[in-house]
Amino acid sequence: MNAPESYFLRHVEAEARPTPVAAPLAAPLQDASHIGQAIPRPNIERLAQGRGQYVDDLELPRMAHVVFWRSPVAHCHITSIERDFARMMPGVLAVYDGKDLATICKPWVATLSHLAGIKSAPQYPMALDRACWQGEPVVAVVAKTRAEAEDALQYVQVTWEDLPSAVDMKTALHPDTPVIHPELGDNLCFSRTLDTGGVDEAFARADVVVEATFDFGRHTGVTLETRCQIADYSPASGQLTVYHSQQAPHMMQDLYARQFDLPESSVRVICKDVGGSFGIKVHAYPDDFATVAISILLKRPVKFVADRLESFTSDIHAREHHIKGRIAATSAGEILAFEIDDTTGIGPYSMFPRTSGIEGNQVVNLTGGPYKHKAYRAKLNVVFLNKTPTCQYRGVGHPVACAVTEGLVDLVAAKLGMDPLELRKRNVMPDDSYPATGASGIKLEVLSHEACLRKMETLMDYPALLAEQAALRAQGIYRGIGFATLIELTNPGAAFYGVGGARISAQDGATARLEPSGAVTVMVSVGEQGQGTEAIFSQITADAVGVAMSQVRIVTGDTQATPYGGGTWASRGAGIGGEAVLQAGLALRTNILKVAGVILKRDASTLSLKQGAVVDADSGEALLPFAELGRVAYFRPDTLPAGFTPELMVTRHYAQRDYPFIFTNGVQASYVEVDSETGFVKLLKHWAVEDCGRVINPMLVDEQIRGAIVQGIGGALFEECLYDAAGLLINGSMADYLVPMAGEMPDITIAHIETPTRSSMLGAKGAGEAGTAGAPGAVVNAINDALRPLKAAVWSQPVTPEKILKALGHIP
Amino acid sequence: MHEPMTDLPQTQTIRFTLNGQSIEREVQARTHLVDFLRDGAELKGSHLGCEHGVCGACTVQLDGQIVRGCLVLAVQADGRSVNTVEGLSDSGALAQLQAAFIRRNALQCGFCTSGMLLAAHELIEQRPNATREEVREWISGNYCRCTGYQAIVDAICDVLAERKTAAQGAKA
Repeated sequence: MNAPESYFLRHVEAEARPTPVAAPLAAPLQDASHIGQAIPRPNIERLAQGRGQYVDDLELPRMAHVVFWRSPVAHCHITSIERDFARMMPGVLAVYDGKDLATICKPWVATLSHLAGIKSAPQYPMALDRACWQGEPVVAVVAKTRAEAEDALQYVQVTWEDLPSAVDMKTALHPDTPVIHPELGDNLCFSRTLDTGGVDEAFARADVVVEATFDFGRHTGVTLETRCQIADYSPASGQLTVYHSQQAPHMMQDLYARQFDLPESSVRVICKDVGGSFGIKVHAYPDDFATVAISILLKRPVKFVADRLESFTSDIHAREHHIKGRIAATSAGEILAFEIDDTTGIGPYSMFPRTSGIEGNQVVNLTGGPYKHKAYRAKLNVVFLNKTPTCQYRGVGHPVACAVTEGLVDLVAAKLGMDPLELRKRNVMPDDSYPATGASGIKLEVLSHEACLRKMETLMDYPALLAEQAALRAQGIYRGIGFATLIELTNPGAAFYGVGGARISAQDGATARLEPSGAVTVMVSVGEQGQGTEAIFSQITADAVGVAMSQVRIVTGDTQATPYGGGTWASRGAGIGGEAVLQAGLALRTNILKVAGVILKRDASTLSLKQGAVVDADSGEALLPFAELGRVAYFRPDTLPAGFTPELMVTRHYAQRDYPFIFTNGVQASYVEVDSETGFVKLLKHWAVEDCGRVINPMLVDEQIRGAIVQGIGGALFEECLYDAAGLLINGSMADYLVPMAGEMPDITIAHIETPTRSSMLGAKGAGEAGTAGAPGAVVNAINDALRPLKAAVWSQPVTPEKILKALGHIP
Repeated sequence: MHEPMTDLPQTQTIRFTLNGQSIEREVQARTHLVDFLRDGAELKGSHLGCEHGVCGACTVQLDGQIVRGCLVLAVQADGRSVNTVEGLSDSGALAQLQAAFIRRNALQCGFCTSGMLLAAHELIEQRPNATREEVREWISGNYCRCTGYQAIVDAICDVLAERKTAAQGAKA
């Protein structure tokens, strides 16, 4: 590292481990004026004026449009495809079946070597002779306009024979359930057991043992912009350019190159504005490959934009779990052990390339995560179903693990008659116990559960809330308070995918360039999907280089323009991308100072950079604006000494290699009122105390957390992909699949504890998913707290009025 | 299955005012207004989120009133006036709301924002005394999956308060 010593983080220099207290945090840089500030995003005026560029806004010359005939049933054998009528329709350019596309696109099998035993079957861009879920693409119709393609789609004649299907995860492994892929032997995709030892002993000596069964409805991300892309293959250059609404452009570049046997350098993926992603757009979908294949076959650009019904049946689903949980504790309120038995239903294929095994694996890793018990046993079965494939969606296993853990903790508190906040205080890993290893084996760098719980108690004025709750109960008004303590894995190293053989970059890069005008352009491999990524990169650059934020321009989302990197997932944008930007900015600063020293004929160590100018390090006197330095360096190098070359463009990379993941922690609380007559839940208020390490932009972090909490609430109360007994989705429209609306959401108060990670100079951890991780547990616990005096409980998400009324015995 | 239709969909010539400019176009009778705006008038600011009239991303003004662009046919605009986020941005009609949205970070991916702004604009014009709860209720026809809504509500409430203050100042 070649940064001046004075720019190092104070805590990096310090010997002692950072203590998780709420004291003001030392700035990461000596003269930081942007990092840590609530600065509005500089690049959103164009979005606010409706002048963004989402994929569907782009038009290319000769661009064709593809629509798909998708399987209308859960499992079928395709007996014939009649395309001639469709081909006769106006504007139609081609009609393809799966075999056409398989001639140029190789099949894939989505497994990871570190998920021992995971298996799946080969999958193709479109079904060959068998479709395995309602929504699987079978026939592609390509026309000059979308309307013409949709007109022609009505004239594709497909005949099929229904095949018996597996649609219930609870019976997927029964001997009389059809095996979806007979060559795999059974419907088990992946299984895992974990046993620390001592579990039976812990349960035997416990004063209190509580069991519950937790159900989680299958739901999906519902990005407001549906999945979309334009594939543009040029036969003249052999170049494939894909405009894609995606989170991981380099991953897609690699996959397109490999599946189509193209040189990696001939594939360019461009991500412009992305209308919401949440993990939905970090996977490689069959129709992605189909669209590329069609562009190659037709030698022209092809656009695919999913409609909303297609989104519901072909975007990944997530979180369908059935979990039996047990907890053991002493009468003094010491948690001794957790045990879970988790079954989760995925689709007929493990999703490419991240697999459908990760979510369940995370549930095993994370259950019981905040607590200091030593005994833990878990069993996981991930089973194939003839339903839409599942994969990583915001939170990935965390909302499930957290709701189970926190639900069990609340049950212990109720049984002991102990305050649930007090029980948590007694059992969380102490703030002075890190680095630590959790019972599941997870490595925890540094967390702040105790500080967060203390802060929460004052933030929500817990005693006053309890008094209000008690007073209202006397009047027959049932309000509940629910807590959820959580950990979240962020800033992953190669442990997540790379070690398992997936070519998904664990590192990211930033290239910083001083322009002749004195502006700074930074090209970063982590892109923007609305989080404010580009804003925080601008802030970091401004401080690292010493330039106004208005002089910084961030370029992302183009594999041909940015360094190589992983992109946006697992809450890694700020922590990993941000660190790369910081290091690139510091390196550019060093190089600017070298040039300034030469021009000014002074020792560079006597100079500093501030607000886009070279200044005297001691007096702060402005000596040389960047624009003048740029003019000399770029246009008059003849005036510089022989042998000296200005290097005003530098690249730095960063990978987090100290831990498999950098965990964050936090606690959420929910205050609800349950109408015992109607079963309706009113969300009155929600609080979150979050420790994501260094906060780069408090406004953007808070907005990430709020948005994530509301997505979590959606799963807890409303959202579920409902299937009938035949495996048909029965609520595939926004009118039928409920997402949270403004009128039913509470105000959300957020506070922070800042415990920087020592694995980077920036000290930032991820913040994008913790809200989703904790909200369902907090809301469900609050509902059950409200129901407790009525001797009722609901542990099945979404907690609908119907389920509450059933629990209350009001309806059968 | 019958023979495919070979005659082209019926078309009609429509004349209307789009963002203050008179236009005349031939459109298919079946074309939705938002599809015409995006594909026929190159105005990409109105977005398609659901095409079912649920999400509100395609909200535009028809004769000054907000409508779902996916539930109105282009031919229904004949002889009328249509405003989109582009026109209302250029005219400055949305400027105060846009500034508040940016200041509060009331947009993340931005896909819902055009519709949200138009819905909010109608609210501040028609309900200058709206409470926070009424603001939440009013924008419940516009889905946002990113923000959790609070910043949007804050931004709209800011504008309501600013306009009240300005109105009081004008009286005094």
